[in-house]
Amino acid sequence: MSDTNRVAERPDRLTGETSEGAQELVERVATSTDELGREVGAVLRLDGVTLDPREIDYERHDDETMIINMGPAHPSTHGVLRLMLELDGEFVLRTKVVIGYLHTGMEKTGETLSYVQGATNVTRMDYLSPVINELSYSLTVEKLLGVEVPARATWIRMLMSELNRVSSHLVWMATNGMDLGSTSMMIYGLRERELILAFFEKTAGLRLNLNYVRPGGVAADLPDGWEDDIEVICNTIEERTYEYDQLLTGQPIFRNRLIGVGAITAEEALALCLTGPLLRSTGVPWDLRRSMPYLAYDQVDFDVIVGTYGDNFDRYAIRLNEIRESIRIIRQCVEKMPSGDYRSQDPKVTPPPRARIGESMEALIHHFKLFTEGFHVPAGEVYSAVESPRGEIGCYMVSDGGPKPYRIHVRAPSFTNLQAMPLLMRGASVSDAITMISTVDPVLGEVDR
Amino acid sequence: MIPLPPLAPPGVLTDEALACDLACFPTPEQYLELVAAFKADGFEMCVDVCGVDYLEHFERALPAGVTPTRFEVVANLLSLSKKQRVRIRVQAGSDSPRVPSLFSLYPGTEAPERETFDLFGILFDGHPDLTRILMPEDWEGHPLRKDYSVGHIPIQFKEAPGPR
Repeated sequence: MSDTNRVAERPDRLTGETSEGAQELVERVATSTDELGREVGAVLRLDGVTLDPREIDYERHDDETMIINMGPAHPSTHGVLRLMLELDGEFVLRTKVVIGYLHTGMEKTGETLSYVQGATNVTRMDYLSPVINELSYSLTVEKLLGVEVPARATWIRMLMSELNRVSSHLVWMATNGMDLGSTSMMIYGLRERELILAFFEKTAGLRLNLNYVRPGGVAADLPDGWEDDIEVICNTIEERTYEYDQLLTGQPIFRNRLIGVGAITAEEALALCLTGPLLRSTGVPWDLRRSMPYLAYDQVDFDVIVGTYGDNFDRYAIRLNEIRESIRIIRQCVEKMPSGDYRSQDPKVTPPPRARIGESMEALIHHFKLFTEGFHVPAGEVYSAVESPRGEIGCYMVSDGGPKPYRIHVRAPSFTNLQAMPLLMRGASVSDAITMISTVDPVLGEVDR
Repeated sequence: MIPLPPLAPPGVLTDEALACDLACFPTPEQYLELVAAFKADGFEMCVDVCGVDYLEHFERALPAGVTPTRFEVVANLLSLSKKQRVRIRVQAGSDSPRVPSLFSLYPGTEAPERETFDLFGILFDGHPDLTRILMPEDWEGHPLRKDYSVGHIPIQFKEAPGPR
């Protein structure tokens, strides 16, 4: 059967009226003005998308430049990110980000998992900050359910998400250091992160994909002697951040690689919907923990770190100082940790304790219902967002009243932040490209979902 | 510039959800104008655009005057100055869903709209580069549609009978 016949048999195909064409960077002659503008990062000049014609060199012959692939198997792309670059010698003219190599259809999977199982799905999206993914998911489900979460659960969630933020930023410090040639930083960053992962293992039983924060509370109470563990973690990491200062912050080669490179303005960042350290580096004090407080962030004292120039060095400094601020929050969590339940006692949401199952018929029924069918969530749709180490992670959920979400969509911060790549790369050299990828800090598990 | 319409009473929103954000239900024709009005009103950011396929819930609760269609496009606007969110739900159509692109207002919606096109097949007029983003270029169908079967692609095992 020929190809034409195949298309004719499937009238519902959309190929007829879309540009379902190549995702790659193509020659200039074959690219539309708007698209070309986006690739050179010019879309944001002047007002909105008005293109400044001077920004685009239509006359440029394609044989003067070279289009190369960076990735998807390049170690410094932090996963399977593929960048297509048009180069003039060493300098980048156009950039196009090609993603999707890690797409596993997690949103589709989420529709077939019950609300109890859902947390195991979202925790695998952003694998460097699993707790915060679970948190955004759980808050969304709780909003639809209208379940009251006990105070201790709220504070445990805060403690764990701040620990997770520290560990995520430490991995960033490590990989960023390695991208710039500082292999010692790589080792140190991962070494300190190990302290936090060990605590996660002690608390939740797992190191990486915790499934710890669940709708209704958290999976387990903090282990005995947790205050001492936290004390050691806080003291060690806080002290070591000053070592990083000595190792990197004042280091001339490191500074020269970062300062003034990849600078963006606040207007550009807002137009591109960037959030997290990328937005804060331009001087916009937008941190959801402060601006739209969730959990109990309005009861703790911390500073929102902002930059001035929006360059790579600002983004480095913001992340380093956010580690210190998170440690401040963690110390306050230890101080103010209330006693009580670590999860809601609503039997429709929370499984009964193991001991009750043996003696109570009702507990057995609840247990069985919860793990076979799951709990039903009232119909509705809700969007809620929390601050992840990379920016705003939001969860949009539509419930039809059944035990599974009708639609679950995750607003992944790295996915949106990657749109800044063409703008950051503009006029930069290939070696700076590595730094740009690093300071945007994409986690490809989250980008592709 | 059109004045902001009084916000429609949200249909299926619970009270809890209402506390944090508002929802409006424009038609695809009013969509761009409404978002432009919100932008002028101080909503600096469009944090997210996504689609929903209401194939199994065509008759859902919606405010009076809104004709339900199979596909809905949901845009989340955020105002940094007012610390407020607004959700805009557009009835995109049933057979050939199509809405205008927000790219001219918020360039940051480029990737989310591409994703919505890729996974739902909703077309965005005025989008600069409407290609697939997560799925391969030659993929057929749009996976997040409710009539797209999960087990659509037969896995080839050795000596297995052909695809059922």
